[in-house]
Amino acid sequence: MKKSLIIASGLALTMSAAAMVAEAQQVGQRPVQLAQAPAAPPAGASPTFDAVRQRGFVQCGTNTGLAGFARPNAQGVWEGLDVDVCRAVAAAMFGDATKVRYTPLTAQQRFTALQSGEVDVLSRNTTWSFQRDVQLGLDFVAVNFYDGQGFMVPRRLNVRSARELNGATVCVQPGTTTELNLADYFRANRMQFTPVVIERLEEVTQAYLAGRCDVYTTDVSGLAATRSSQVPNPNDHVILPEVISKEPLGPAVRHGDQRWADVVRWSFYAMLEAEELGLTSQNIDQNMNSTNPAIQRFVGATGDFGRMLGIDNRWSYNIIKQVGNYGESYQRNVAPLGIERSVNRLWRDGGLMYAPPLR
Amino acid sequence: MATAPRSARRPPGAGVKLSFNDPVVRAIFWQIVIVGAVGLVVWWLVGNTVRNLEARRIASGFDYFWREAGLPIGEAMIEYQPSDNYFRALVVGVLNTLRIAVVSIVLATILGTLIGVARLSRNWLVAKLASVYVETLRNLPLLLQLLFWYSVLQSLPPPREALNPLPHVYLFVRGLQMPWPQWTPELGTVLAVMGIGIVASFLVRGWAKRRQMLTGEQFPIGWTAVGLVVALPLAVFVMQGANLPLDVPTLGRFNITGGILITPEFTALLIGLVTYTAAFIAEIVRSGIQAVSHGQTEAAAALGLKRGQALRLVILPQALRVIIPPMTSQYLNVTKNSSLAVAIGYPDIVSIANTILNQTGQAIEGIGTIMAVYLTVSLSISAFMNWYNRRIALRER
Repeated sequence: MKKSLIIASGLALTMSAAAMVAEAQQVGQRPVQLAQAPAAPPAGASPTFDAVRQRGFVQCGTNTGLAGFARPNAQGVWEGLDVDVCRAVAAAMFGDATKVRYTPLTAQQRFTALQSGEVDVLSRNTTWSFQRDVQLGLDFVAVNFYDGQGFMVPRRLNVRSARELNGATVCVQPGTTTELNLADYFRANRMQFTPVVIERLEEVTQAYLAGRCDVYTTDVSGLAATRSSQVPNPNDHVILPEVISKEPLGPAVRHGDQRWADVVRWSFYAMLEAEELGLTSQNIDQNMNSTNPAIQRFVGATGDFGRMLGIDNRWSYNIIKQVGNYGESYQRNVAPLGIERSVNRLWRDGGLMYAPPLR
Repeated sequence: MATAPRSARRPPGAGVKLSFNDPVVRAIFWQIVIVGAVGLVVWWLVGNTVRNLEARRIASGFDYFWREAGLPIGEAMIEYQPSDNYFRALVVGVLNTLRIAVVSIVLATILGTLIGVARLSRNWLVAKLASVYVETLRNLPLLLQLLFWYSVLQSLPPPREALNPLPHVYLFVRGLQMPWPQWTPELGTVLAVMGIGIVASFLVRGWAKRRQMLTGEQFPIGWTAVGLVVALPLAVFVMQGANLPLDVPTLGRFNITGGILITPEFTALLIGLVTYTAAFIAEIVRSGIQAVSHGQTEAAAALGLKRGQALRLVILPQALRVIIPPMTSQYLNVTKNSSLAVAIGYPDIVSIANTILNQTGQAIEGIGTIMAVYLTVSLSISAFMNWYNRRIALRER
């Protein structure tokens, strides 16, 4: 009798932790007033927006350290394509791209961290998939990198195609779409494999390099990042030609907080739009007095897009001035890894990057 | 419970009056208040959680148990394919946890007892070495030790250059691969005979004990047991033609296949848990032996018992009474510490449940599952050890 009481109260306590976090982030309780003038967004309709504004910085969930996407540099400052999304959001919210704090998350921790309100935005090379969008209580707001899953093997194994991998031991991180695609691919091709599933990127890479596995699989960008930054001799490893899945990576926010989702989405699209308009961190000041109406709208000289979002009207100017446009971010972070821009070019250059019109 | 003697203090004849000065009334009042408060908190928490899960459209319930898991698992004691459902994946995890826990508990007990006795040795060097072992191992974080052992095992050579200490035994970066007997009906018979032998040994021991009580005559029970458990099955094995086909490892394109493979993840976790826990067990054993006064040894000697008999019949039964309760908590610790497996990629229940939690997004159910598993395992160990403790407890006659 006594024992069961103790157990019950133990369960209750643990649940309380989860619930309290949830309470702090209650969503959609107050009615949204639809009849308001467009320039004045409904006050208090977005708990995350209000919380971020009050706190004075954006809490950003990132990778624990992936070259090109999210990694602290030698000075301890976070850098990368995913980091730039968070910096853009901070520039839009506060006019200061440095007002971000980072929470490095493993693949397994990331969704719980976002669901429970530990981070405001998850920008951690995360694949937008049906189940995550529909069942996990997340909303993916955009795609900031189009990727696909590949395989890396040591050159001395003399493997030329993923079809030759029957019987191989494969290193993979748990809680990823990669893990599931891997099982699917081998099953579809009637091949056997032995998985070695290790959570932290550093340790899974170490296991691959030690020869614990024949193959390391993750998104091709991740393979390239690992090969260029963590492997003693990059030429000893080859990335196989097969790309076995679609991996659209993008930032995600909690489901149901539309206004915050809008801020994150359009902060990213502003970076794309700027590239399309030819605006860079270098030339945006000269373009402040441009007669091009699209640029006038963009820098906040006309229109009130910023105020519609409930933030400074020079939000997009601040993003480009401090973070740069998407092309600049790509050149700075991803290009040094030797990853071609290919499908991540702008639509008019034959890529998939396409921002809805900013008007 | 404690209210009965208090109510007896109530002056006789006085009618039952509901007064706050009455300890009985006060006790009942406070119990109602506390139960009510706990109930309210639980009600609020559950309601709030459900509301928020709904608001964010996060799925809930355990229906996902029967959906296809899709996740690959490195080592499984039962047949497992990624096309199996989540429930089976969880069972694989539970079995892996039990496997590491059971093997670690057995080995840690043996090693810990040896080191505990060594600490009391009259040989200065042996005693000091044991002390250094205990002080070093138990003062370093277990996670650090696990990572150390894992990286040591990762410095072994690749498959093509595998160490070959014995014929067909390969030691390399992916573990220790050895020949393993293939299952045959003959092997089944041998194992069955061995099982019968074990049961028979216990029966013989019971009979020998009773006879010794009655007549004082002793029976060579040790040799009888060896005969029943080892010699008899061996004889059956030889009579059937001594035919034992082995599954022998061979080098394939990527891997050495065949036989049985003990993975470095399992080995690193096992070495880490055993050496760490043995340090604590050593101290428990030492304290247990020192708790028995030296007079007992002298008394046993005076009765003419040999040293071995004195240890087995006089010292150990008394030392065990001191040893068992803290030993129980060490066994519980081993089981719980096995969850550090996540760090080095051994697929235990925490690792698998975390992955499932991540794939399905159902954190509360996932954590609930992990809690239920550990609670069940821990309470079972506890119940068994309590039973054993009662059995060896001092019987006051």
